[in-house]
Amino acid sequence: MISLSLTPTSSWYLILSAVLFAIGTFGVLVRRNPLVMFMCIELMLNAVNLSFVTLARELNDINGQTIVFFVMVVAAAEVVVGLGIIVSIMRNRSAMTVDDLAELKG
Amino acid sequence: MEFFVFVCAALMILLGAVGVIVRKHPVHAALSLVLTLFGVAVLFVAQEAHFLAAVQVIVYAGAIVVLFLFVIMLLGVDRVENLRTEPLTAQRPLAIITCLGLVGVLVAAIVNGNGVLNERGEGINLPDLQNGPDANTVQLAESIFSRYVVAFEVTSVLLVIAVVGTVLLTRKAKSSAK
Repeated sequence: MISLSLTPTSSWYLILSAVLFAIGTFGVLVRRNPLVMFMCIELMLNAVNLSFVTLARELNDINGQTIVFFVMVVAAAEVVVGLGIIVSIMRNRSAMTVDDLAELKG
Repeated sequence: MEFFVFVCAALMILLGAVGVIVRKHPVHAALSLVLTLFGVAVLFVAQEAHFLAAVQVIVYAGAIVVLFLFVIMLLGVDRVENLRTEPLTAQRPLAIITCLGLVGVLVAAIVNGNGVLNERGEGINLPDLQNGPDANTVQLAESIFSRYVVAFEVTSVLLVIAVVGTVLLTRKAKSSAK
């Protein structure tokens, strides 16, 4: 069980990471602005990064931090491609929500 | 001391994350995202991942958020989402239930699995007099450039593909077919 002493153990970090992940999930489900949805995906990626670093310290293993490095690189590439898609879709439209993209033919 | 750092960083992270999902202006959401990213960087430092904390500040809080703000400016800053109306019926209660369930499952797994995993790594070097001040960076570099060097090279290909694909996606289409 979680110890009640005032030194943060790994469980504290992991629970914080779980809460952050759930907040990101909620944002992706609820928000309609594609940019804000992307920010919520970044929140989820950061939650996973936090738990990777926590487990790297817990298991005394540097490979967890290596994975976080690769996750950051892939996240940067993903943001670049995603924002490119959003710009190319939204450039000629006045609407700003994903609900306006319901039809297949633009 | 570590308790104080953890509480402050956790407050930064949670306030920023809630700010991202409740602020209706996308610029405010992006600035709340910066708060969260800095909080995560603080927790990285608190867990001796110094290089990753630096990369977090430079890449995430620097480059990615600037990219977000740039796109917001490009598409027009005055398009504010109306958060009062619910586009789909009963979507928000369902989303709240889903997310609470997600937190419940994850916390139960964390509390149950506490101490199940054993130390099995070769150890993380901490900066001290013997290892030098850049011990974390050196060890991470040794890991990336020896064991994961193939993944590192593939990552460079991925970045090139992302850049070329974005240029292709966002260029103006030719006005008339040839």
